[in-house]
Amino acid sequence: MSDTQATKSGIDNGAFDFLDERTGIAKALKNNLRKIFPDHWSFMLGEIALYSFIILLLSGTFLTFFFVPSQEEVIYHGSYAPLAGLQMSQAYASTIDMSFDVRGGLLMRQIHHWAALIFLAAMIVHLLRVFFTGAYRKPREFNWLLGIGLLTLGILEGFAGYSLPDDLLSGTGLRIAEAIVQAIPLVGTYLAFFLFGGPFPGHIFISRLYTIHVLLIPAIILALITVHLMLVWFQKHTQYPGPGRTEKNVVGYPLMPVYMAKAGGFFFIVFGITAFLGALFSINPIWLYGPYNPSQISAGSQPDFYMGWLDGLVRMAPNLETHAFGHTISWNILIPALIVPGIFFTGLALFPFLESWVNGDKNEHHLLERPRNAPTRTALGVGGLTFMIVALINGGNDIIATHFGLSINQIMWFSRIGIFLLPVISFLITKRICLGLAHKDRDTVLHGRESGRLVMLPNGEYIEVHEQISADEKWTLTQHKQYDVIAGQTNVDSNGLQRATGIKGRTRRALSKWMYGEQVAKPTTADLEIESGEH
Amino acid sequence: MSDHSQGEIEPFSDPGLPAHVHRRADHDPVAEKRAERQVATLFVISALSTIAFIVSFVGIRSDQYIFLPLFGTTNAQQLALGIFFALALSAIGFGAVHWAKTLMPDTEQVDLRHTMRSAEVDRRELAATFDDGARDSGIGRRSLIKRTLGAALALITISPLILLRDLGPLPRKQLEHTNWQKGSRLITDPGGIALKAADLQVGGVAHVLPELPNGRHQTLDDLTRDAVLVIRLRPEDLHLNAERTNWTHDGIIAFSKLCTHMGCAVGLYEQRTHHLLCPCHQSTFDVTTGASVIFGPAARPLPQLAITVDSEGYLVAQHGFTEAVGPSFWERSV
Repeated sequence: MSDTQATKSGIDNGAFDFLDERTGIAKALKNNLRKIFPDHWSFMLGEIALYSFIILLLSGTFLTFFFVPSQEEVIYHGSYAPLAGLQMSQAYASTIDMSFDVRGGLLMRQIHHWAALIFLAAMIVHLLRVFFTGAYRKPREFNWLLGIGLLTLGILEGFAGYSLPDDLLSGTGLRIAEAIVQAIPLVGTYLAFFLFGGPFPGHIFISRLYTIHVLLIPAIILALITVHLMLVWFQKHTQYPGPGRTEKNVVGYPLMPVYMAKAGGFFFIVFGITAFLGALFSINPIWLYGPYNPSQISAGSQPDFYMGWLDGLVRMAPNLETHAFGHTISWNILIPALIVPGIFFTGLALFPFLESWVNGDKNEHHLLERPRNAPTRTALGVGGLTFMIVALINGGNDIIATHFGLSINQIMWFSRIGIFLLPVISFLITKRICLGLAHKDRDTVLHGRESGRLVMLPNGEYIEVHEQISADEKWTLTQHKQYDVIAGQTNVDSNGLQRATGIKGRTRRALSKWMYGEQVAKPTTADLEIESGEH
Repeated sequence: MSDHSQGEIEPFSDPGLPAHVHRRADHDPVAEKRAERQVATLFVISALSTIAFIVSFVGIRSDQYIFLPLFGTTNAQQLALGIFFALALSAIGFGAVHWAKTLMPDTEQVDLRHTMRSAEVDRRELAATFDDGARDSGIGRRSLIKRTLGAALALITISPLILLRDLGPLPRKQLEHTNWQKGSRLITDPGGIALKAADLQVGGVAHVLPELPNGRHQTLDDLTRDAVLVIRLRPEDLHLNAERTNWTHDGIIAFSKLCTHMGCAVGLYEQRTHHLLCPCHQSTFDVTTGASVIFGPAARPLPQLAITVDSEGYLVAQHGFTEAVGPSFWERSV
């Protein structure tokens, strides 16, 4: 510390004095500037989501300078000849204008749309990483909930965004959204009339949607992201198991300079790749779709991928409606569009709480779990993912049918059966794979790795030599925690607490057996002694 | 090092951080210099790309299109702007990451974690402070204030909700209303030409709207309810009851074009099978049996419009629709 007087620091200047004398920021920064973050490629996924959101804010602001959110009808006189003289809304006309008559306008539109797809895709893959590694466990349940909220808002925001240009495709999407609102029992018709300012399509909806898309939802997303990141900061990032890594420490590189360069640089890379996509790959060419007209439709109408699963569920729904006492309940819309997604997302949000209730673990967890060491959770995740993929495939059933020369009815029936069957099958297979891998880990720890060297013993017997694995690997493979199934007989658990009996207790015991009944015990000291005795 | 919480006996102890593996640039000055030059080159590429971006903005004509193999025809200026923007951005990114990975120290560092739960002394201090505040406010003792405040706060949330009332009109019977009425001529959409029975060959389809009084044109709101499909089949191909047969004219049958599932235009007619298909969710309707649902999520047939011909031979509606067209809603009876 004595040489601080001798050498002048890089921040000993007027600008920093000005800042610190007004904010006292030196005290806050001194402990945080070199904060340690663990390094792993999978921690990049959330970063991609964050950066694509920033790209969305920047490119979206540019688009607002040219977009006119109005449904007033105008005659098109711009430079795109095929639409000349056609009647269309100002929203559509201004989108065409910015694509053909604003330098870089089309580029910005395409960057914005690609960034939206990347934003949603990154959030989904980030969620899967967090789920499969158990990163949502205490103390990070809030961040899990914030993440689910961000994903939901992201889906709504994306849908609102691509609905704004008022083209034939997006207008059809809005018509479907209106039908979903209208299907809500009791209040649906009123809600739809209030949203659209009268019967669909009305004259006001695009401008209302615009406010929702550029102000309301982005502001909420920004607020939630801020809290999400603050929690990551305060709770310190999770890390994968490995030598030197424990529940009590965090191992990695300092924010300044390594992460400032890496994360800052990565922002530019994500932006660069998005710009590259926007430059070369046409997306949402609305001039080919034409302006919205409720009496027209184009074959092969497809939503963006993050809405595709919802459309797929709606497509495969059985055609049930109840007509009674002068009222109609559209189960064919309510079940696939509201009830099933509601259950799915609620289940996802509650999972961390359900899991910790079943295993009774109240400890903090900062070491990530390898998916194989939580076989039931991993299998459940793959089952849920399979459900979504089947729904997504059915959302593109018409495209698949025309591309592969299949009948649409066959694909629909495949999905209708598959949506129930395939998640169960993938659950069972995944669980087996996890248990198999866990067995392999246990064997590797106890007996070492197959070396591939065959040795003939004096008695003529051949054996394969096993090589002991390193101390680092042994530690990594045995770092996970395992849970016991709750015993059924006694009424008092191991901590001396009265266990809940009745339906709640029985449910918990059943779930505990389902989740932890089948697992590969990790090697104990006793196992190792037996092993060394054998040799 | 047994820091595992529930006192499990771990078979192995933490071997500690692995030794640092040196990179070439850590000890070889030539490699270090090379890495430095690579980073600088990337930053220079970025700067040059930005200059190229500016040149493209000013120098390339906006209406110039070029053909790119695999990508098709594209606007030259938008393409150049995009490529140079992408290069300028990613070169900065790759430069910074390369700098971090080759030249910045990569020795792992360790920080300690602390439980999120505050220390007991802090929690007790907070509890005391909180209790002081609560006592000073007297909220615990003054239940009259507590209850009236609760009621006032609950009520005040109603005001903004009431203000939302004028977002739209009440639905009333609007969803049941269309512009079709007795004697409405069927005019083509687009085109606006009144259709005669003779204009439609067997197997033919026409997209029509009702002719509006005083030459008024349909708005988009009207189209959302008025759109109708007229199809001509051989009369013997139609399998309808007596009333519905009366609603057709010499094999010509008319249906609302709006899907009874979610309101998309049921736009695909397959002449050979007499099936109508909705491209949105693949609900399939059989024209020969009065557009009954044979596949997909729609629950009701497309509403049939009763048609006939007037004295001049024009196709006209016998009367308006007898049920609401389009998707279902709570108040829909039938």
